[in-house]
Amino acid sequence: MSAPSHEDVFSVGIGGAAGEGVREAGASLAQLLTDLGFEVFVGFDYPSLIRGGHNFSRVSFSGEKVHCDHSPLTILIALDEETLRIHKDELNKDAVILADTFEKEYAERFGANAVTLPMKEFAQKLGAPPITRTSVALGAACYLLGVAPDVMAAILKKIFQGRSLDANLELATAGYEHLAKLGFRQQERLAPHGAAGATELLDGNTALGRGFVAAGMDIYFSYPMTPSSSILHFLAKQQKEYKIKVIQPENELAVVHMALGAAYAGKRAAVGTATGGFALMQEAFSLAGMAELPIAFVVSQRYAPATGGPTYTSQGDLTFILHSGHGEFPRIVLAPGDPQEAFACGADALNLAWKYQVPTIVVLDRELSESLETVPALDPQSIKIERGKILEKPSENYGRYQITDDGVSPMVFPGAPGAVVKASSYEHGEGGMTTEEAGAIKKMNDKRFAKAQGIANELKSHEAAKVYGDKDSSNVIVFWGSTKGAVLEAAKYLTEPAKLLQIVWMDPFDAEKVAVELAGAKTIVDVEANRTAQLASLIREKTGLTIDKKILRYDARPFDPLELTEKINALLT
Amino acid sequence: MEFATKAKITWCPGCPNAAILVAFRQAVTELVNDGKLKPENLVAASGIGCHGKITDYLNTNTFTSLHGRVIASMEGIKVANPALTIVGFSGDGDSYSEGVEHLVHAARRNSDINLFIHDNQVFALTTGQATPTTPVGFKGKSTPYGSIELPFNPLLFMLASGATFVARSYALDIPKTKEIMKAAIAHKGFSFVDIIQPCITFYDTRDYYKERLYWIDENAPKNNLSDAMEAVRVAGGRSSGAGSDKVPLGIFYRVEQPTFEE
Repeated sequence: MSAPSHEDVFSVGIGGAAGEGVREAGASLAQLLTDLGFEVFVGFDYPSLIRGGHNFSRVSFSGEKVHCDHSPLTILIALDEETLRIHKDELNKDAVILADTFEKEYAERFGANAVTLPMKEFAQKLGAPPITRTSVALGAACYLLGVAPDVMAAILKKIFQGRSLDANLELATAGYEHLAKLGFRQQERLAPHGAAGATELLDGNTALGRGFVAAGMDIYFSYPMTPSSSILHFLAKQQKEYKIKVIQPENELAVVHMALGAAYAGKRAAVGTATGGFALMQEAFSLAGMAELPIAFVVSQRYAPATGGPTYTSQGDLTFILHSGHGEFPRIVLAPGDPQEAFACGADALNLAWKYQVPTIVVLDRELSESLETVPALDPQSIKIERGKILEKPSENYGRYQITDDGVSPMVFPGAPGAVVKASSYEHGEGGMTTEEAGAIKKMNDKRFAKAQGIANELKSHEAAKVYGDKDSSNVIVFWGSTKGAVLEAAKYLTEPAKLLQIVWMDPFDAEKVAVELAGAKTIVDVEANRTAQLASLIREKTGLTIDKKILRYDARPFDPLELTEKINALLT
Repeated sequence: MEFATKAKITWCPGCPNAAILVAFRQAVTELVNDGKLKPENLVAASGIGCHGKITDYLNTNTFTSLHGRVIASMEGIKVANPALTIVGFSGDGDSYSEGVEHLVHAARRNSDINLFIHDNQVFALTTGQATPTTPVGFKGKSTPYGSIELPFNPLLFMLASGATFVARSYALDIPKTKEIMKAAIAHKGFSFVDIIQPCITFYDTRDYYKERLYWIDENAPKNNLSDAMEAVRVAGGRSSGAGSDKVPLGIFYRVEQPTFEE
């Protein structure tokens, strides 16, 4: 590949069968590098199966911010021969390849860069389970990267605390020393970097979950579905520490209806699912709009239609999500592009749901949900919990849907003496009783849409659209969601300056700001991981601007920043 | 506290739904008067169907859910605030057809909620189609040549699913229905009451049941699952469409088990 310069970014690939600990090994290496003060990004590629197949972790790191993992690789750790076959063409000129054994074909191909590392043997000798052999590779990688042995040991003690620490540490040391004995060359320039502790290694799902918690979530409801499941796992594990309830009901319909019931009863409820599961929740989404029940959704996209590619990424559901639920009612749709934004959007989604008594959605995609990234340590203290209009002492003629100037009616929850709280899926009057009368219907519809004005005003106090890169350039690249990482990484290597425009708030949409940012541009390039350029459609709908140049990827894989660089360079003038 | 509202009742004149409404108002009024229930702690939920209009006729906290989803709504309310008493009204279309998955799981997890099914054996609000409790041969708008599907036995289904309170009543017997409702509310755990409710417009079973209904011995033990299953299996006669079977009413099963909210 005639790649642009990428010398400051190192990439380590770890490949093997499912069940061999490929993901964990990538995460451990990334944690180690993060603790050393590096900026790290880990991409995972895995098929939908439990054992066998090919799993791959790609750990890219640098002293400067890395927004996305990329090839070529500096080190390839092959837990099986399949890994060599698949990734043999993704190597740097001097890449080092570590494997238990090399078939003649690969030994000849890689020459002196092929290092036989007896990972299985070391683990067997120690009587440790086969999965711990990745620690041998971890130690060997530390040697190659020039990490001092005592520094490695100190960090691994933290990482493997409570997880076969002694065996893992011993195997890492064995791997380290094996390469030291061979006198293999080390990367000299990778000494500890930056101040550790100010950053943390996070995936989008965890960050999102922590955003919900920071905004005072009481109960999380979810039915397992990739790529949203790890939010459920994370929150379930942390439920006692966070003092929350985590409930896995019988299906997505029960998930959302239980959550709406909980919101009616006064608890801050959130729902997590993938786009297929969200499709099942559509009627209930509409109920949230009608009954004005505050509820936050996180919806992670995966390749579709139908079951699609369960473990593969896509941005093909923006249009679907924006049009959720039958009938017309205000809602809020946010699309973060990295874990830090996922944290902020999670908190905003819950707060705004309660402030305006509307359903809110945070849209993720598999790539953002599951990739790990070094980010500035999240600060839950920065999140203010907004409870909205709650009436402490309701009068006897309290009406749940009282008409107000801003459309937001004061909430009371069942259990309040003297008040009757009626929520309904039918169109209703101020007291919550069913109505079919034309005037009353219009009045209540107008009341719900009065909230839309307040919601639109939120654009002023939030970064609804973000600008990076050369802010004065007449080249503009627009994107959303996890594609942010690939675009920001690609931007390091562009031949022409470009303004980078990320859309975060999809509904409401900051048409004014987007129009200003796009005004006068000579070249606008839309980059999305879908076939039909759904963001470009939205921009056209909201601003009247048509974007002709598009880079669209719909093979269920995330953008590779270096490939993307070439595509963008070809379009810029 | 007056549990009636000013809303105009739009059920057909003479509809036994009104009898269920009266029984419920009496039941909760007595519970309030006896100091067993604070009115503010009562939540009445409903699904969609003729039964669902009941929330407009109850001056208490209500949640009118979507078709088939009332049970999940109730579970969510209960889990959010276990101090509340949750009563749900549903229909045979609402909870035996559209939302049957929630029925089985609420019973399985023994959620501490009370479900009253207005079982009229027909979709009435949509003007007369077959439901899962409609007998074979029923001629409705969607089955002009007669329904060919075997109906199911909801009580047997509930016992098999782990419900801890299983009863059947007859809508037009208001005093008995009221007592069963009070017993259901007093029960800690998932309480299920199938209320036979003739639909005087689309499936009038009043004469049919006049001959066949009988109340089981109130004092018989209620904690034996196989006896309860045997007892409600007799009641399967109603479901199979065989004409001569008797239909027992009363509380068939009542045991204490840990609830979901605990």
